[in-house]
Amino acid sequence: MDPRHLVVVGGGMVAQRLVEALRDRDTAGAWRITVLAEEPRRPYDRVALTSYFSGRDPEDLALGDADLWRDPLVRLVRDDKVTQIDREARTVTAASGRTYTYDHLVLATGSYAWVPPTEGADLPGVFVYRTIDDVAALRGYVEKLQQDLVRPVRGAVLGGGLLGLEAAGALHALGAQATVLQVGTHLMDTQLDLGGGEALRRLINNIGVGVRVKAMTVRIRPHRRGGVGRLDLADGGRVDADVVVVAAGVRPRDELARTSGLEVGPRGGVVVDDTCLTSDPDVSAVGEVACIQGACIGLVAPGYAMAEVTADRLLGGAAEFPGADTATKLKLAGVDVASFGDAFGRTEGALELVWADPVNGVYKKLVMSDDARTLLGGVLVGDASAYASLRPMLGRELPGDPAVFLLPEGGGGAPDLELPDDAGVCSCNNVSAGTIRAAVTEHECTDVGAVKACTKAGTSCGSCLPLVKKLVTTELTKQGITVSSALCEHFALSRAQLYDAVRVAGLRSFTEVVERFGTGRGCDICKPAVASILATTAPAHVLDGERAALQDTNDHVMANLQKDGSYSVVPRIPGGEVTPEGLIAIGEVAKDYGLYTKITGGQRIDLFGARIDQLPLIWQRLVDAGFESGHAYGKSLRTVKSCVGSTWCRFGVQDSVALAVLLELRYRGLRSPHKLKLGVSGCARECAEARGKDVGVIATDKGWNLYVGGNGGFTPRHAQLLAEDLTTEDLIRAIDRFLLYYIRTADRLQRTAPWVDEVEGGLDGVRAVVLEDSLGMAADLDAQMAQHVEEYEDEWRATLEDPEKLRRFASFVNAPEVPDPSLAYVPERGQARPATPDERAAAGRGEPVLVAGSTLEVRS
Amino acid sequence: MTVLDTPETRTWQAVCRVDDLAPERGAAALLDGRQVALFRLVDGRVLAVDQHDPFSDAYVISRGIVGTRTVDGVEAPTVASPMYKQVFDLVTGACLDAAGKTPVAGASADLTAWPVRVRDGVVEVGTP
Repeated sequence: MDPRHLVVVGGGMVAQRLVEALRDRDTAGAWRITVLAEEPRRPYDRVALTSYFSGRDPEDLALGDADLWRDPLVRLVRDDKVTQIDREARTVTAASGRTYTYDHLVLATGSYAWVPPTEGADLPGVFVYRTIDDVAALRGYVEKLQQDLVRPVRGAVLGGGLLGLEAAGALHALGAQATVLQVGTHLMDTQLDLGGGEALRRLINNIGVGVRVKAMTVRIRPHRRGGVGRLDLADGGRVDADVVVVAAGVRPRDELARTSGLEVGPRGGVVVDDTCLTSDPDVSAVGEVACIQGACIGLVAPGYAMAEVTADRLLGGAAEFPGADTATKLKLAGVDVASFGDAFGRTEGALELVWADPVNGVYKKLVMSDDARTLLGGVLVGDASAYASLRPMLGRELPGDPAVFLLPEGGGGAPDLELPDDAGVCSCNNVSAGTIRAAVTEHECTDVGAVKACTKAGTSCGSCLPLVKKLVTTELTKQGITVSSALCEHFALSRAQLYDAVRVAGLRSFTEVVERFGTGRGCDICKPAVASILATTAPAHVLDGERAALQDTNDHVMANLQKDGSYSVVPRIPGGEVTPEGLIAIGEVAKDYGLYTKITGGQRIDLFGARIDQLPLIWQRLVDAGFESGHAYGKSLRTVKSCVGSTWCRFGVQDSVALAVLLELRYRGLRSPHKLKLGVSGCARECAEARGKDVGVIATDKGWNLYVGGNGGFTPRHAQLLAEDLTTEDLIRAIDRFLLYYIRTADRLQRTAPWVDEVEGGLDGVRAVVLEDSLGMAADLDAQMAQHVEEYEDEWRATLEDPEKLRRFASFVNAPEVPDPSLAYVPERGQARPATPDERAAAGRGEPVLVAGSTLEVRS
Repeated sequence: MTVLDTPETRTWQAVCRVDDLAPERGAAALLDGRQVALFRLVDGRVLAVDQHDPFSDAYVISRGIVGTRTVDGVEAPTVASPMYKQVFDLVTGACLDAAGKTPVAGASADLTAWPVRVRDGVVEVGTP
């Protein structure tokens, strides 16, 4: 049977969820789907729009797995707005003139930003805040003004709701002065009571954004130079503004429903029943355009719920809309706000428990049933840490005295909540506590990452992740799977605990460490970990005494083991800058030893096929030519990649090469839990791909922006902005502290990206430690880095000077002059490569295959 | 069936001095074209297994990290292959942890353990 045709009008978040849900469940392929999107891109995370300002690319905002749109049963038509629906013929017509016939139609057209009819609202410089294009236009306008004006750009935001505050945060992030004008009595008045709104105003002020309440704009006046210049308020006041963002609310985009005669709600929106069907049984509506249970809801979680209901119904299911979860959490740097359930205490007999601490800008309120037992709602401002665990308890009895949930952290702490299985944990993806538990008990997930992949929990906004982690840990413990952070059978401590223990106890050798804190004689897991710890707590040569026995073979011979048992050699080329003489020297070494040569991703040269006994000879040549170890073999700093920078580049604003060289020389040899890569770009074009690095530095015309936690590899991640416009001195101090904080507290083999996610407080926590010294350890970190820089020595040069260390490089203890007879190579594209097993076998049979040990073919 | 080792039927070859071996670090030796990995433990014992790693088909076992693993309550000295981290018992050569891999075609997962004795500070390896 041919699949039936589902046409989805609109390509936003809810449309994406609908397609995902339907393709996920429609295993028989009963439906093929065409999504008609007005915007020229695939569905993106509108909720995270503001993060576009903190340097994210539009591509970063793309939702879900791109493979969804390569599914043969899914077709995404972008940049083609639907203009007409013919319900008789069951067709829709798009602006391009194309017509699509449907078996079922879903309207997911969302909302538009509503601009109140105000004089001057059409002036250049007045923006709305809804799409990536809106945000990009706003950004362009502000940046243009910043070039033209000598004073800071002044921005005003009309509307003090969720969106208005995000827009104000965005203006602020762009370097503009932002003032929020709120018509009502307080900020976020849909979600917060007056007390919460007041606390929020102080927090917003603290991050440098102005707030005026009861401020009704009646007129927007132009500036002499053109564009917007001033706002006139109803109370006679005036506000100067070079740019205005209107965030006065949204209205459903129900025009298609109106023209096609579908029933529309009194305040707009396509009326649907609890199955999301409109007045036409062949047409559904989901998301913000739908008027469900009497209202349009401008939040993504209820939209997702509608998408799930619709997918289920299309496949013959009986799902119904469960009612809207209007819980909200504002995502604005430095401002923690959440509201959920009956935040205003409108339920009859509701009791309110309030904790207010104006000094620290904290306001918390729980709304309880009349017997003070059942949680009905709450408002958390300034400290919303309890949000993740409280929200799923809505409508349920809280254990004990609810007041404990309001007290500040450290005041005894809230009791652990045992969530019922049906309690929702991730509202974005509608994942219950039971589903998360089942991921552990039935689907054998053993960590948060696996549970996220299995259930989708925490994959959208991420606010529930602390709770997911807690549930997973609890469940694993129940299963008898100890979520042990123990390093291995020899150490019960985690790497971070062991690091502190070793540092505080001042231990210097593995024997001391294992006798004091472990058992046995270690293994391939704990020995390199201890070696790495000692490398920064008690720096010494990698092959010094007992340390040599701790190293993996790479560190032990200071080269990279390859599949045939030979090694590769990488001399350091700081910042990727190399002289012609240096290149020639490397080339000659490669030629003389018959080494396969390849340029690495880190802007240096890798020489492959060196036998263990050749390593000292090769390195003597390289050291004589002025090279030093590149630590390509170590869990340590690898490279600092750079673009060519302002010295040569027409667009560069800073000397990225000089900074990269400086950073590479500063951190060379720094041992860490995993490899470290840095990048420096000389302008925002980012040719060094610094945001794919553990530490990325991007030049601005005022200094350097510092990004952390990026990586390529198996799970690529873009680095996130840690600090802006730093001087070189401040930048180096921040990187020093970031690296050492990571080195001290990360797990074994944990790269910076997952570490930033899991370390106390996440990225904000890292920022507090690095920039504000919130743990009081900065002086200690600075001193530790100073010691590293002071005591650095090239470990290859030191090895060559020590006959005792050189003895480790013998091929055979009883025949040091005999090369390993097992190595065999064949030529390919003008260089040597390891012979395959077939080629070796053929050579063994005397067939004419060119196979040679790595010395034989060299001097021809 | 148990075959009793008798010194008369076994030939021993002197390989190196004990002092040539670093504690808890391996060294390769070449015995009539066969590659053997020698290990000196902290307690002074010297043990030997094949240098050939059956999981990678490379001759690298001597370059692995030496440690211990508790097997059935008994602490066994071990080496982990530097290539894919399989763990072998240094006394028996048995593979204790295949790390989710299988040996290359035709190879046994276990290593051969070679008899070792130390006479007058000289390490001697016998035929296995």
